[in-house]
Amino acid sequence: MNQLLRFTTAGSVDDGKSTLIGRLLYDSKSIFEDQLEAVQASSTKKGFDYVDLSMLTDGLKSEREQGITIDVAYRYFNTPKRKFIIADTPGHIQYTRNMVTGASTANLAIILIDARKGLMEQTYRHSYIASLLKIPHLIVCINKMDLVDYDQKVFDEIAMAYKAFSSKLEVHDIQFVPISALHGDNVVNRSEKMPWYGGATLLHILENVHIESDHNHIDARFPVQYVIRPQTKENPDFRGYAGRVGGGIFRPGDEVVILPSGFSSKIKEIRLGDEMLKEAFAPMSVTMTLEDELDISRGDLIAKPGNQPVASQDLEMMVCWMSQKPLNVNSKYTVKHTTKEVKGIFKSIQYKLDISSLQRVPDADQLQMNEIGKVNLRVSQPLFPDSYRRNRITGSVILIEEGTNETVGAGMIV
Amino acid sequence: MSSYYLSHLKELEAEAIYVIREVVAQFENPALLFSGGKDSIVLAYLSRKAFYPARIPFPLVHIDTGHNFPETLAYRDGLMKELGVRLIVGSVQESIDKSKVMEETGINASRNSLQIVTLLDTIEQNKFDAAMGGARRDEEKARAKERFFSHRDEFGQWDPKNQRPELWNLFNGKKNIGEHFRVFPISNWTEMDVWQYIQMENIPIPKLYYAHDREVIERNGTLLSTSPYLQLKPDDKPMVKRVRFRTCGDMPITGAVESEADTIDKVILEVAASRQTERGTRADDKRSETAMEDRKRAGYF
Repeated sequence: MNQLLRFTTAGSVDDGKSTLIGRLLYDSKSIFEDQLEAVQASSTKKGFDYVDLSMLTDGLKSEREQGITIDVAYRYFNTPKRKFIIADTPGHIQYTRNMVTGASTANLAIILIDARKGLMEQTYRHSYIASLLKIPHLIVCINKMDLVDYDQKVFDEIAMAYKAFSSKLEVHDIQFVPISALHGDNVVNRSEKMPWYGGATLLHILENVHIESDHNHIDARFPVQYVIRPQTKENPDFRGYAGRVGGGIFRPGDEVVILPSGFSSKIKEIRLGDEMLKEAFAPMSVTMTLEDELDISRGDLIAKPGNQPVASQDLEMMVCWMSQKPLNVNSKYTVKHTTKEVKGIFKSIQYKLDISSLQRVPDADQLQMNEIGKVNLRVSQPLFPDSYRRNRITGSVILIEEGTNETVGAGMIV
Repeated sequence: MSSYYLSHLKELEAEAIYVIREVVAQFENPALLFSGGKDSIVLAYLSRKAFYPARIPFPLVHIDTGHNFPETLAYRDGLMKELGVRLIVGSVQESIDKSKVMEETGINASRNSLQIVTLLDTIEQNKFDAAMGGARRDEEKARAKERFFSHRDEFGQWDPKNQRPELWNLFNGKKNIGEHFRVFPISNWTEMDVWQYIQMENIPIPKLYYAHDREVIERNGTLLSTSPYLQLKPDDKPMVKRVRFRTCGDMPITGAVESEADTIDKVILEVAASRQTERGTRADDKRSETAMEDRKRAGYF
């Protein structure tokens, strides 16, 4: 059975990110002739004497003109083992919000380090974002090994320095691979130049990393998305709760509790289309029916009596700010949490993070665009969240500005 | 002991159904844009699954260029009956007759970009606030940057540099009066995923997608079906070949490929071995390097 792995890369033009992606696509035979021809033609037009693989990923006119990635671009490739979705994001500090966006749905992040330069400010930043967004797996690619004579000592020193730094991060699965994206060493094919490296190639890790437990299968959470009521002759009384499982496992016959009402019932059936299911787990979309007729609507949560999230109106969260207009204490926003929408007001900013040094800056009264900080948010009605650490689906919120309707912030509940 | 993970097709299905349901929950008057192509067919079947046993709670909208394959129209009408869903047709011919748009002339004339006006008119007349479509990010480089929920201003335009960030599965469909959204539930699917899903779910598709004998001409390396809508040059030599189509756009611009694949299994093998993207057969994308981005900015899909 083919699985889906979503991974993110962050980087700027010169660290070889686009070359690496181009290499993965090319060596896994995912680039088509007409795409390659188009890239070859524009490389020639620009006067390059090589094929600029980065043009495969930079899609918008302005990006191609400036030679930079501005937005998140999604790329797809597959091998006989897995299908991959790459969220390719820019790496500069002014694009932190794009990195956060790309990281929000990723199972895995690739951190690129230039072997000649070692750990840089950008390395710390990308790693911190991966850790903040709780990406379960990290692969640190030490790139441009060809420019340091494929020297094991260089690789070992960088890996050691990274391990020392990453002990402060909350990522538990980190692997190191020495590569040359330009020449293809250890990307898809094993390098003959680095016999000292006994580990797997990058693609091999991508194909085999254990992602089965990336979703929470412990705390049963089913945010009701939509109520299906056909009201037809064949189905006069059918009342199905449509939604996507946010965590845990649900089976017909399970006792459930509805929040916020607190009513309890039993699951009658779980189905999708005309197929009856024996169980449902994240991230399945299903329709549930219950034994009792209850008043349940969008925004309600179906959980289990022995494992309920605690109602809360005061939320502590890490926020990444995404708007030109700064976040101010006492400003009001619309808050989206799972399928529920409430109003919220920022009560305080505990600190903001200097994202280059990872030091906390206390006494901040604003968060500017691309800044990350810890804040307190008071919401108009109780939410039933989990901590983001425990569940990325039920622990995340977005903030929407009234008037412009822009998405201005991403919040991870502590 | 069961294992708690999904195949990639099941995960993509779950994601698409979640997005479709989110549209119905967040918007007052959504619609599904139905082209008759395989992507919008899959979208229609996903919509049925999403709301079953209720009927699909939105109409299907077909922008009829007047240059469709007859097979597409026959398939469309059959599907509407099967799904029990309302069909709304926006006619490009009508837009031409009302002098809202000018028909292109010449050998490579196409009604492809004329659709934009008819599409925006149809959205406005029916007051649709969300139009779902089967566009995929793997199709084309401008589409790779598209959101699931894509905001359009009051002129129906796309501003690629000012898109809302889209985090986790929290979709922001808020808008001001006169604005609308385009929504792409199968954004993350590839051509291969669509074919594998059609196979897994046994979804019937128009016969155009399977190998058949057809009269074609060769132009700029592409095989085009002869039809009343295709102006022939004196040196065009119509010939009968065994072909199939990888996409189903308008007759004059949709290229055929020579093929013996007359079953879904054979089609999948052929797609797997293919060295050209499916849009490589589309004359509308070949006009310039940013042809798709330009049309999208103007309100195209």
